[in-house]
Formats: sequence, structure tokens, C-alpha cells
Amino acid sequence: MPGGRGRKSLERHELAGAAFTLPFVGLFLAVFVAPLLYALYLSLFREQLLGGSTFVGLDNFAEGLKDEAFLSGIGRVGLFMLVQVPVMLVLALVFALIIDSDRVRFAGFFRLAIFVPYAVPTVIAALMWGFLYGRDFGPLTDVAGTLGIGTPNFLGEGTILWSIANVSTWTFTGLNMIVFLTALRAVPEELYEAAAVDGAGALRTALYVKLPLLRPAALVCTIFSVIGALQLFGEPQIFAAIAPQVIGKSYTPNLYVYNLAFADQRLNYAAALSFLLGAVVFVASFLVVSVFRRHGAPR
Amino acid sequence: MSAPAAARRASRRSDRGAVLPTLFLLAFLVYFAVPLAWLVLASTKSLDDLFSSFGLWFAHFNLLDNVAETFSAEDGVYWSWLRNTLMYSGVAAVGAALLSVLAGYGFAMFDFTGKEVLFWCVLGSVMVPTTALAIPTYLMFSRLGITNTPVSVILPSLVSPFGVYLMRMYAESAVPPELIEAARIDGASEWLIFRRIAFRLLAPGLVTVLLFTFVATWNNYFLPLVMLSEPRWYPLTVGLAQWNAQTSAGGGATSAFNTVICGSLISIVPLILAFVLLQRHWQSGLAGGAVKG
Repeated sequence: MPGGRGRKSLERHELAGAAFTLPFVGLFLAVFVAPLLYALYLSLFREQLLGGSTFVGLDNFAEGLKDEAFLSGIGRVGLFMLVQVPVMLVLALVFALIIDSDRVRFAGFFRLAIFVPYAVPTVIAALMWGFLYGRDFGPLTDVAGTLGIGTPNFLGEGTILWSIANVSTWTFTGLNMIVFLTALRAVPEELYEAAAVDGAGALRTALYVKLPLLRPAALVCTIFSVIGALQLFGEPQIFAAIAPQVIGKSYTPNLYVYNLAFADQRLNYAAALSFLLGAVVFVASFLVVSVFRRHGAPR
Repeated sequence: MSAPAAARRASRRSDRGAVLPTLFLLAFLVYFAVPLAWLVLASTKSLDDLFSSFGLWFAHFNLLDNVAETFSAEDGVYWSWLRNTLMYSGVAAVGAALLSVLAGYGFAMFDFTGKEVLFWCVLGSVMVPTTALAIPTYLMFSRLGITNTPVSVILPSLVSPFGVYLMRMYAESAVPPELIEAARIDGASEWLIFRRIAFRLLAPGLVTVLLFTFVATWNNYFLPLVMLSEPRWYPLTVGLAQWNAQTSAGGGATSAFNTVICGSLISIVPLILAFVLLQRHWQSGLAGGAVKG
């Protein structure tokens, strides 16, 4: 290869850049790409009764698309997502705008108090809320009893999905608020000065100056929340222990896949379903991005 | 906080204390704080008092007995869970942070073939369902004979796509290219430049990745649930979930709700302390890049 000094230094950069990323990329290939390819391979086979497995092409996928249990699970997490994600993100946004407006005392304390639930593992949060909802010694029952209103059933057929949504909201609102607050801190000071010169109050500044600037942060938060909602697993798995009649083996797609793989040993079918779920997550993420693009101001 | 931001805050201090927003935040403070307050209160109660006393106030103070019972139940398995959780989270956090800072620096400061494609593949990986990954990983690990070992939980936790993303954004804003170029002209090797110059500039971002990976591993449930079969290797999440399932199903002699509750409280104290004490560090790291979009 012909090379003066400049050429050589560029080559050196090429090598060095790859070298810095190599440890991560190597591990990424080993514990991410390889298992994924293996799962894809598995999904194309079917176990035989007498042992061994045969190649069945896309049959597992076709079966999944007709599987009532799987489809109703998808519908359930879809509904969950459509309600829980907007509620949580709007709350996070309002908290962030209020705290950033500097119109309240002890803003730092509020920020911390709202964020702290994020330090509680989802599983522990579900355990705790499970007790809170419970009829035996849940304080919600105590409070309802004191007020003389009937005991609400938080773990019933129609309510449990929203009781789970509440656990997710309680746990993750604070994290999203912190992301919004961090984005607000990066807003150039001149913008606020300009708004103040134009006579904009705190509310108008929040709505017309800050809100549009939060678009990139909102996109990141929405994508991660949507992915998390569609992959719901821990909370329903914990609640299945306290409400086994309501939460069946296929309550959410991930729960279904887990039970198929590790209780029923139907690994091939489970692998196919997890790819179908992955496709749903991909489409949902894509829709989120395109909605943000369409309603976006020109950059 | 930067100087102009501080000035802005000072200049507006006069109109602090607006009533409506304060009331709004106070109402939600109750929502966010009451469950934790309940957990603390319930941890101080004996099993009988849990059922008989009012949920949001103290009864006979039984915290120390509950703690002792939690740590001694089933031959002190809670100690193992606590130790495992600390080990998995600590090793995963340090490892993931180092891999992320190297990769993030590589992505930010160099051009190489396939760089952007690789970066987007890494980012896109967050969309893959946890189950899609855990099942084949479990099968591969079991063929290698490493399921039901700490390695099976730690190895997948070392890969943090979010960490790489954050460190790339952070490096782009925190490491001036002129500085790197000057060091190159002086004849320093790339590795020396990274170690002596860049690493220090990247430290706040590193702390952020460290803390968030620590939390992610501490909170992880699905992966250890799949990988581990013996309680002595469980982390707190899996162990407590199992205790809870036994308690809810059992009734009678096994209804040790007080140890499940007390164990839950003990399991969240370290993380809450870490977040509160390290507030300044992780917030500055996030500000450096995570939200540039």
C-alpha cells in the first residue's frame, strides 16, 4: 500500500479504534450475537416425541401467529403500554418542569424522593406492593376500613393489570424525571434570557421554550419504556404467587415463553415466540420514532 | 452547576414557594414515600402484629428480632444471597464500566471500517427480548457446564449497550480532539494517551456507568432465575421471590411474612445509600451525554 506519513497515521487510527472496541465487541459477539443466532436456529426445528428434532422451517412461527394464548398476551402488554407509558412520562415531565422552574422550595429533596424508588429492584417493588394490595394486612385495606369504604380488590381479573402498571410507574417515574432534568440543565442560558425579555412567565417558558427542547430526551425515554412494557415479566411473575387464579402461565408473552421453555421444555417453540415478540418490540419502537419525527420541528 | 445557571437560580429565588406546584409535588411525595415508609414500619413488627395492627403505624418494636430471624432462616441463606448480590453487581459493574469506557472512547475518537453499523447494532440490541437471549444463552452455558455458577450471571451482565452509548456521547463532549492530536505529535502511543489523558477526563461518565450497571445487576431477576438452580447461588431478588412464593402458598408454619418483609428492606438499603451519597457524581455523568439524542 502506498503510504506517506499521513496515510500511515490514519491506518494506525483505524487499527487503534478497532482495538479499543475489541474487548466489548468480542464479548458482545459471544454472549449476545451467538445466542441469538442459536435461538434462530432452534426456532426452525421441532422436538419429536421419541427424542431428537426435525427441521420444520417456519412452522413454529406460523403456529405462534395462531396461538390464542400468545396473542392475548401481546394484546395485554400492548394495552398496558398504551396506558402506562404516557401516564408515567407525563408525570415525569411535569415533575421535571416544576423542579427546574425553581418555583418550589426544597426542590432537591423532592427530586431525590421521587427518584429513590428506582433504587428498589422491580421484584422487591412488586413484593412490597403485593403486600400493600393484600387483604390480610395491607395498609390500603386498613385505610379503606377506617374511611368506611369497601375493600377494593386490587388483584382481581379486571384490576390486576393496572395494579401492575402502578408498580412500574412507582418504580420508573423518577428515572425518567432525572433524564428530563438532565436535558433541561443542558439548555443554553440565552434562551431563557430571551424568553424573559419577551415577558414570558414560568409557565409559558416551560411550555414554549423547554418542552420542545426535551424532544430528544423524550424519545429516548419513550423507546426504553415501550421496550420495558412489552417485555413485562418480573411483576406478573411475582403477582402470580399471590393471585394464581388471575395470572396464568401466559399472562404476558415473556412469562409464556419462560414457562414454555423451562416448565414444558418446549424450547424450539419458545425460541420462535421470543422472536415474534422481538418483532413486535421492533415495530413499536419504529412507530415511536416515526411519530416523533412527524410531529417534530425541523432541526 | 455552571456559573450562569447558578445566577439564574439566584435571580429567581425571589418568587420561590409557589403554592400550586408545591402542593402537587407534596401529593406525589406521599405516593412515592408511603410504600417505603410502610416497608420500614412493617419491618419493625412481629408476625402477629403484622396482621393485627394498623398498617401505617408502629406496634410492638420487633425489628431486631426480625433482622436476626431473616439472617438465620434456612441456615443463614440470606447471607449468601447478600454476598452473591454484592459480588455479581460489583464484578459486573467494574467490568462493564471498563469495557464501555474503552469501546465508547474507540467509537468517539477514531474512524474505522464498519464503525457506525457496529454502533447501531449495539444500540439496537436493547430491543431484543430478555427471554430471546436467556434461553439460548442458558443452553449454551449448560453445554459448557457453567450454569448454576456465578460466571453464568456475571458474563452476560458485562455487556452494557447503554454504557457504550453513554461513554461515546460523553467522550465526544469531554475529550478535546486537539489534546489527543497534540499528544500524538509528541509521539505518545494511543494506549498511553488513553491511560494518561483521556481516562481522567472520562471518569465522571465512568462513575455513572458503574453505578447504573451495579443497579441493573443488583435488580436483575430474569437472568439469575434462569441460570441458577441452587439457593446458595441466588441473588437477593431470586431468593426473596422464592421466599415470598413459599410464604404465599404455604400458610401455617411457613408463613414467615416478617422475614420476607424485613429481607426486602435490608436488600434495598445499600442501593438507596449509594444513590444518595453519590448523587453529584452520577448526575454530572448523565449530563455529559446521555440525553444529547
